[in-house]
Amino acid sequence: MRGLLAIYRKEMGHYFVSPIAYVVTGVFLVLMGYFFYSFVVIFMERALEASMQSMRFGRAPEIDVPGMVIRSFFGLFGTIILFIAPMLTMGAYTEEKKRGTMELLLTSPLRDAEIVLGKFFATLSLFAIMLLPTALYQVVLFISSEPRPPWRLILAGYLGVLLLGGVLIALGGFISSLTENQIVAGILTFGAFLLLWVIDLGARGSTTAFGEILQYLSIIQHYDDFTRGVIDTASLIFYASMIVFGLFLTHRSVDAMRWRRA
Amino acid sequence: MIEVQNLTKAFGAVRAVEDVSFTVRKGEILGFLGPNGAGKTTTMRILTGFLPATSGTARIAGFDVAEQSLDVRRRIGYLPETPPLYPDMSVATYLDFVARIKGVPAADRSRRVDAALAMANINDKRAELIKHLSRGYRQRVGLAQALVHNPDVIILDEPTVGLDPKQIIEVRHLIKSLAGNHTIILSTHILPEVSMTCDRVVIINKGRIAAVDTPGNLTAQLRGAERVRLEVRLPQNRSESALRNLLTGLAGVHRVEIQSLDSAGRFTAQVESDAGRDLRSQLAARIVAHGFELLELRGLALSLEEIFLQLTTDESAAAEEGKKA
Repeated sequence: MRGLLAIYRKEMGHYFVSPIAYVVTGVFLVLMGYFFYSFVVIFMERALEASMQSMRFGRAPEIDVPGMVIRSFFGLFGTIILFIAPMLTMGAYTEEKKRGTMELLLTSPLRDAEIVLGKFFATLSLFAIMLLPTALYQVVLFISSEPRPPWRLILAGYLGVLLLGGVLIALGGFISSLTENQIVAGILTFGAFLLLWVIDLGARGSTTAFGEILQYLSIIQHYDDFTRGVIDTASLIFYASMIVFGLFLTHRSVDAMRWRRA
Repeated sequence: MIEVQNLTKAFGAVRAVEDVSFTVRKGEILGFLGPNGAGKTTTMRILTGFLPATSGTARIAGFDVAEQSLDVRRRIGYLPETPPLYPDMSVATYLDFVARIKGVPAADRSRRVDAALAMANINDKRAELIKHLSRGYRQRVGLAQALVHNPDVIILDEPTVGLDPKQIIEVRHLIKSLAGNHTIILSTHILPEVSMTCDRVVIINKGRIAAVDTPGNLTAQLRGAERVRLEVRLPQNRSESALRNLLTGLAGVHRVEIQSLDSAGRFTAQVESDAGRDLRSQLAARIVAHGFELLELRGLALSLEEIFLQLTTDESAAAEEGKKA
C-alpha cells in the first residue's frame, strides 16, 4: 500500500512537473468549451424555430434544450476521450523502460500490483482533474435553465465518462507496457480504442450469438446508456470488468518484463 | 551473506552466465572483474531479482532470489549500469521517492535522505533537477539511491563509470567505508579499482568464472616467473648483442627483452627467470663486472591487469581450441 502511494505520488508529480498535464488539459478544455457553446447555440436556434412553428400550426413545443445539450455534450465526450486517453497512457511504461527506471522499480520491494495500480490511479486522477472544469459548464446550464435539468442526467454522464476513461486508461497502460517506444504505444492504443468503438458496426441489429457478443463488447454502446441518464448495472459490470481485465493484463506484462529483458 | 550456486542464464541459445558459483561473506567487498559482455551485469540482475536464472540458485541473507524475491529486494541496494533516474525530479525528491519504495519508515526518511546525500557528497545539489546535472553527478545520485535505505547488501554495476579521477577516488573511499556494515558486490572492468577496493575478486569471462581469490593471492598464484627490469648504459665499444649474451648466459634466465632508449647507449632490459629464483644480486654483479653501467634494477610483480589479460586470453584460446576439436 505504501508502495502504491509512492508510485501514485511520483506519477502525479511527473504529470504536473512536465508540460503533459497542462497541454492535454488545455487543448481538451478549449475543444470542450467550444463544443459546449456550439451545442447551446444550435439547440437554442432549433427550439426557437420549433416555437415559431408551433405559433403557426398550434402545436406545443417539445424541445428540452438543456437535456439535449447535456446529452450531446457527453456523447461528444465519448469521442474526444478516444484521442485524449492514448496521450495520457502512452508514456506510462515506455518512458520507465527507456530511462532504465523500470529496473529500479522492479528491484525495489514493490509488488507488481502496486506499480500497476499506482500508475492506473494516477492517470485516472489526472483524467478526473481534467474533467473538473467542465462541471462549470453544467453549473451555468443549471442556473440559467427553467425548469432545471435533472441532476441525475449530469451525474450519470460524468460517471459514464469516468468509467469509460478508466477502461481506456487500463487498456492503454497495458499497451504501453508492451513496447519501449512511446509513439508505437500511442498509435497502437489509438488503433485498439478505435476498434473497440466500432466493433459492433458490422453486427448492429444482428441476432446471431457472435453479433451479440460484438455488440456487448462495444464500449460506446454501454456509454450511450449513461448519456441518457440511465445507470444500468450491466454497463457498470461491463466497465468494471474491462478495467480489471486491462489491469490484469498490465500486471502480467510487468511480471513478464523480468523474463523478457536481456 | 550471498551464496551463488551453479547459476546459469541463457538467452535463447546464448549462455550469458554459465555455472557460476561464489559466496560473499558478511561485510566483505567482492569485485566482479571481466571484459564487457562477460556476464557481470546478468549475474547482478539475477541477484537483484530483475532477471530469473535459467538454472542454479542464489541466496541473499538466506533468502532465495527467485522464491523470496520481495525479502531479497528489501535487503539490497542496487546501482544498475545506467543510473535509474527521473530527470524531472530534484535530487532530494528523487531520493525521497526511492526511500519510499524501498520501504523506509516515514520517521526515518528525511534523515536517510540526508545521510545518502552526504555519503555521495552531493548535498550542494539536493534542490537541483536531475536533468541539469552532469554525468558525474548523476552517477553519484545513482549511488546515493542505492544507499538511501541503508541496505545490508549493496550491488554496484560499474560504480565509477563517468566520474573524473578525483570523484573516482572519493567513490572508492566511500565504498571501502561501507564495508563491514554492508556486504558489497561491485563490477568493473577497471583493474586497479579491484585491487584498491576489493577484499576478493571474481574474474569472469564469457559467462564463466576464471578465478576467485584475493587480489594479493591472485598476483602470487599467477606469478609463474620472476621478472627484473634493468636499465643499463653500454660503453662505446660494446653492442646490444653483447648485453643480450651476458644476460641470457646467466643460469635460470629463460627470456630477455632489450630495448634501446637513446643513442647514448642506454638500454632497458626485462629478464624473466624461473619462479622463486631471485637473480637480482647476481645480475647486478655480472653487469658491473663486465664493464656496463647499471642505472636501475628492480623486480617486477605481475600486475592484476596482466593477470586479467592472461586469464582472458587463455580462456578464449581454450574456447577456440574447443571449437576446432
